[in-house]
Order: sequence, then structure tokens, then C-alpha cells
Amino acid sequence: MSQSSTITPNEKSDIRKEVAQHVSNWKGEEGNLIMILHAIQNQHGYVPREVAMELSREVGVTLGRIYEVLTFYHYFKLVPPGKHNISVCLGTACYLKGAPALINEVKSQLKVEEGGTTEDHEFHLDVVRCIGCCGMAPAMTVDGRTCGKVKPEDISKIIAETKSA
Amino acid sequence: MIKAKINNIDIEVPEGTTILDAARKVQVKIPTLCKHKDLLPTAACGLCIVKLKNSPKLPRACATPIENGMEITTHDSELFEVRKSVLELILSNHPNECVTCGRNGTCELQDLAADFSIREDKIKRFVRDIPIDNSNGSIVIDFRKCVKCGRCIEVCQDIQNVWALSFLERGINTRMAPAGDISLKDSPCVKCGQCSAHCPTGAIIENDETETVWKALRDENKYCTVQIAPSVRVALGEAFGYPPGTNLTKKIYTAMRRLGFKAVFDTNFSADLTIMEEASEFVERFAHGKGALPLITSCCPAWTDFMEKMHPDFIDNFSSAKSPQQMLGVMAKTYFAEKMKIDPAKIYQVSIMPCTAKKYELERTDEMHASGFMDVDVALTTRELARMIKQSGVDFNELPDGEPDSILGEYTGAGTIFGATGGVMEAAIRTAYNFVTGKNMPAFNVEAVRGMKGVKEAELEVAGHKIRVAVAHGLANVEHVLNKVREAKKAGKELPYHFIEVMACPGGCIGGGGQPYGTDDDLRMKRAKGLYNEDGEMKIRCSHDNPEIKRIYADFLGKPLSGKAHDLLHTHYKARPIYQR
Ligand code: SF4
Ligand code: SF4
Ligand code: FES
Repeated sequence: MSQSSTITPNEKSDIRKEVAQHVSNWKGEEGNLIMILHAIQNQHGYVPREVAMELSREVGVTLGRIYEVLTFYHYFKLVPPGKHNISVCLGTACYLKGAPALINEVKSQLKVEEGGTTEDHEFHLDVVRCIGCCGMAPAMTVDGRTCGKVKPEDISKIIAETKSA
Repeated sequence: MIKAKINNIDIEVPEGTTILDAARKVQVKIPTLCKHKDLLPTAACGLCIVKLKNSPKLPRACATPIENGMEITTHDSELFEVRKSVLELILSNHPNECVTCGRNGTCELQDLAADFSIREDKIKRFVRDIPIDNSNGSIVIDFRKCVKCGRCIEVCQDIQNVWALSFLERGINTRMAPAGDISLKDSPCVKCGQCSAHCPTGAIIENDETETVWKALRDENKYCTVQIAPSVRVALGEAFGYPPGTNLTKKIYTAMRRLGFKAVFDTNFSADLTIMEEASEFVERFAHGKGALPLITSCCPAWTDFMEKMHPDFIDNFSSAKSPQQMLGVMAKTYFAEKMKIDPAKIYQVSIMPCTAKKYELERTDEMHASGFMDVDVALTTRELARMIKQSGVDFNELPDGEPDSILGEYTGAGTIFGATGGVMEAAIRTAYNFVTGKNMPAFNVEAVRGMKGVKEAELEVAGHKIRVAVAHGLANVEHVLNKVREAKKAGKELPYHFIEVMACPGGCIGGGGQPYGTDDDLRMKRAKGLYNEDGEMKIRCSHDNPEIKRIYADFLGKPLSGKAHDLLHTHYKARPIYQR
């Protein structure tokens, strides 16, 4: 799911410098791989593959191992975050009240996969477990704002409002 | 020693023995799925649970060391039911496609389902839809069939040190994927196929090319020829009920003719040819200082791929001699074609290999077209050949013996042992000794380089020179050997070795990724023994004494390392990126 890489030599040398900096900050500390990955995510909002590859070279940890760590913790993101975040709840109540249809609607309107970001980086879609709003099922949050009793017909309006906000 | 009881049978085993292994000693078989004899337990499947007296727990026999005084029950109706439920759960995440699966009939999960009398789908099936990865031409991964045992990952990371595969995510979402979710082609994979040889299910199989070969055999405009690798002859029989290690060379020749091949060659012959070139190279470098030492063998394509990706600083040390597969291919389409007056464009050369990486080798560099055509057109694994024979209606077990073609067929004991770890080294030493001293060795066996130890070292006396050699198999064992050389070079010290042999697969080709399933050290030793026995019984045991080899140099190639030999029989290496993306 990583982004395809067409990076220029300039960008490459920037990545080199950046990774070397992060690595030197955490040199010699136990568990530093995770700390370095945190620093990378803080900088970019996610962990780009090119940066993970450079890190692999710099610290001599295989890319396979780095991705084991990255995907083990939900915290780490492998795709760039969107400007706006949509989280649709798929807890039991929301599921029963029609959340799957909402998810499909968002996916098809924005042309985005679960856990993915639209091509223009405007929207990121997550499917989450119970957000504690079962009374308003099916529910979703948009940039932290909760919308309840959502119907598939409402989705286009919600998207338009978010864009113009 | 630990004393305990298993099913009321008294046992005494060394400390650290697992319950699973202890039970085997008293002929008790505890069902397993994730555990493989080559590998440390992952304790992933839960099928091997047993009961302990006075304990409510159900420990996993594969991962639990036996303790003094333990009273263990391995089989009762309750354990049967629990195991059956575990199996049903695993099957509920597994596609119901046995009849169209590449492991139909050889699958460990299928066997368990049969043994446990599973007759219905009790749990609603859920299989995640993940597309098949057939991007690298050697192995094919169908992630949907993965039972998450972790064997392939352990093999690829710990035994091969390639790290092409790993688990991603966790819990119920855990899945196996190449290096951070890319395709196998873009990953560091070296195509060794060890993952396919260790997978219990059809999740990783060889890229099946039997249909391509059948088409060629049916095509009247093609002149199909075949070569059989050294290690195939002592392993193929396992697919037909023979004991492991049975040497079936002559039956295989007959089977090949019955399948429709017009000429039957033996890769053992071209192994002798490889030795002529490689031993000459060694003598050039060792005695005449022409070229880098240590010389490193290069007949294993998974190893050359690994070296080009992970250790390119050793490119100059690699023998430029092509592998026996490629040497035979080019000789078939030049020398044989000329002699038999056959248009080489019509020759379709198939090789039968123990190996999935040999499929990749066919197009490794432009030099694999040295004849002007693809020197070898298709490489099949031993497993694919077994299926072709079964499809053909040939009653393999009853076949009479046959002979190979008279050119490119005759071989020596040195060619045969190529199939086992240490064999290339031993064969090369026999010939290098002769090239240096002008005489044959007084005794041919070089015991120090035989056997299953991961790294073998030896010092040999040749005409007053000391030659230090190392043999490594299983790619994770290579690092140690190469680092010794690096350190010595850096410190300006004498080289620790003059000659290094590497085979990617544990045991060498006899343990290749394309061999019949179920390979473990016991089987490896039996197959290797089959080869060493043949060598021991042969009249001619040195490559340079092979009459056909002498003839091919006299008639066609000139001398080893001649211009013509270079054009046809040698190749080069280059650094390659570890990750394509
Ligand atoms: S073929 Fe070998 S290198 Fe490739 S994934 Fe399998 S075990 Fe790893
Ligand atoms: S692909 Fe095969 S060996 Fe690898 S984890 Fe899955 S079932 Fe086990
Ligand atoms: S065989 Fe022991 S847990 Fe799988």
C-alpha cells in the first residue's frame, strides 16, 4: 500500500540527511528503532517507504523487520494522512444499523479504500470500532465532529460541507 | 536425563527434549501443523496440545520441554475433540479448493483433515480475498491458503537470512507478505524455494511449467532434449514410493524417452565440464596469481542472486564458470547440434532441477543465450517432473533401465556429488590437484567437506602448498565465512580461505527448494548418501578423466579457459539493488 516512488537525487540526499539526524539522536538507546520511527512519523505525518528504506540501510535492520514493527502498532501510518479525517464506526450497533452501506458510499464517492487517502490528499478514511455513540447509530466522525443517524444519502452533503469548511 | 511417562510408557530423555520429540522416541505421534523439524517451534497452531496429570493446562508439545516426573496423555477423546475444533477453525479460514490446489495430495492440512474425519463445514467460512503473487517466475504465493504457521518466514529470515517474507499486522489480521507489502519480484527474494518446501499447505508452490513442456513435446517442429541434475536421481523416487536416497538414474533416462524427449543428457556431464573450467580458474588464481582469492563457487543461482544483492564486494571472487545447467544448454545447442546436424533453432532444451531458482537462472544475463538461442528453455523442478510422469501413464516403478545419449551424457563420480553440500568443492579439489601435480590424488574422498554441518572447513596439502577451503550451505551461514575474509583483508592478514563453496539450500541441491516434500536432515543425509555411494562405486571419479570431456575439449572447445570456452561457458556478475521499491 506504499506510494510508488519517483524521487529525485536531491530528495534522496535530503532523506539521507534526515534519517542520519534521527538515528544520531537516538544512538545507543535501547528500543531506539521505535523512537526513530516516531520521530519520522512526527515529521511527515506518516512513515514514507523511501524513508523506511534509508533507515533500513542506515541502521542495518531489514526492511521486513521495520514493517513488522510498523504494522504491529496501530499508531504508525504508512500512507500520507488526508487534510480531513473520516472515521466510520463499525461497532456492533452501527453495523446492525447499516454502517456497511455508509462505508461503501464514502468509498465510492471519494474513490478511497479503508485506511487509505484520496489522491488529492483531501480525505482519509478509517473504519473504527465502537466510538461510544451507539445511541446515534450508525455514526461517523468527520475531523472529530460526530454525525449520528447517518443515511447513505447524507454522505455527499457531509463531504461537501467538510470541503468548504 | 529426564524421567517421565507418556501414555503410561516410561521414558528417559536428555534435558531440553520437547514433549513432541520425547513422544516420537516411544512411537507416539502427536499431530502437528506449524512445527517443522528444521525449525524452532512457533507454537502457532495449537494442534499438538497434550494433558499433564494434576494440571488443568493443555501445553503445546512442540514448544514444551519435558520435565522430571511428568505424566503426559497425548491422546484421549477430549484431546481429539479439542484438536478437531482447532482444525475446523483453521479450515474455516481456508479456501475449499483442494482439488484444484498445487498441493492436492501432498498437503499437511489436507492430511490432518482426512485423519480427523472432517466431513462438513461446521463453521461459516471466511477467507480474506488477497490476489495471488506470481510476479517472480519461480514461486507462486496464494496468501488465502496461508495458515499463518510462520514456517516460511522462519526459513527466509533465519535459515536463509534473506528477509523477503515477514508477518504484517497482528492478531486476527496477521498476514504473511513480502518485505512490507510489495510484490515478491520487488523484494529481496533469491528464489531458493525453501519457503515452498517448508509450507505445509498450497500457499507457496513452485511456478508450475509442466503444461509448457507438454506443449513443446507435442510440437513436431521442436527437437526436445532434456538434462537431469545430480540430486534429482536420488530424490525423485520418493514420489513413487522408493526409500529416500534410492538412485534411479537409469530408470529416469527411460522415463524421459517415454515422455518424448529425443535426446537425454545428464547434468552430471556438464558438472564435470564446470569443474574443468572452475578448477582451471582456481589454479590460475592460486598458483599464478591471476585473479582474486578466495575463489567462490557460483553454480547456485540463489546464491549468486544473494551475493549480487547483499555481498557485491565479493563479485571479483566469484568463479565466472557457468552452472552445469547452463553449460549443458549451450553445449546442446552448439556442439551437439553441429555433430548431429540438427538446426539449433529447433532444439528445445528442458532441464530437471531440484531447484526453483534454476527457473530464474535461465535469463539471469545475456550470456544465458551464448548459443544464439535461449540455452535452456524451461527448468522444471523434481516435483513437476514427478507429476509429468504420473500424467504420462508411464508405470515408473516397472520401467527398465536406459542409457543417456552418448555425447553430453557420460559422467564421473565427481559430477554426481555436485548435488550435495561440499560436493563441488570435493570435485574441484580432485581436478585442481591433478592440474597442479600432474597426478591424481592418492585417495579421492575429502571427508572434511561432507556432511550437514553448516560451515565446514579444511586444510589440504597439494604439492607442498596448503589450500584452505570452506563450505557453507543455508545462506545464513555465509555471512560468517565472508566476514572472516573481510576481516583478514582489512587487517592485511593472510587469507583464511583460498576456495569457498556456497549452496543456498541446507544440504545443497539434495535439499533444494524444488525437491519432494518432507525434507529434513534425516532425508538430506539419505539423499546425500545415495550420491556418495554412486561416486564410491564409479570407475572414473575425476572430471578430467571423463572420456567425453576430453573429447569435447579436443573436438570443440580447445583448452579450459580458451577463448571459445570463455564465450560459451563463462558469465559475469553485477551488484543489484536489494529492494526494487
Ligand atoms: S524463495 Fe527463498 S528467498 Fe524467496 S521468499 Fe522463499 S525462502 Fe525467501
Ligand atoms: S505461507 Fe505457508 S509456511 Fe508461510 S505462514 Fe502461511 S502456511 Fe505457513
Ligand atoms: S505444532 Fe505445536 S503449536 Fe503447532
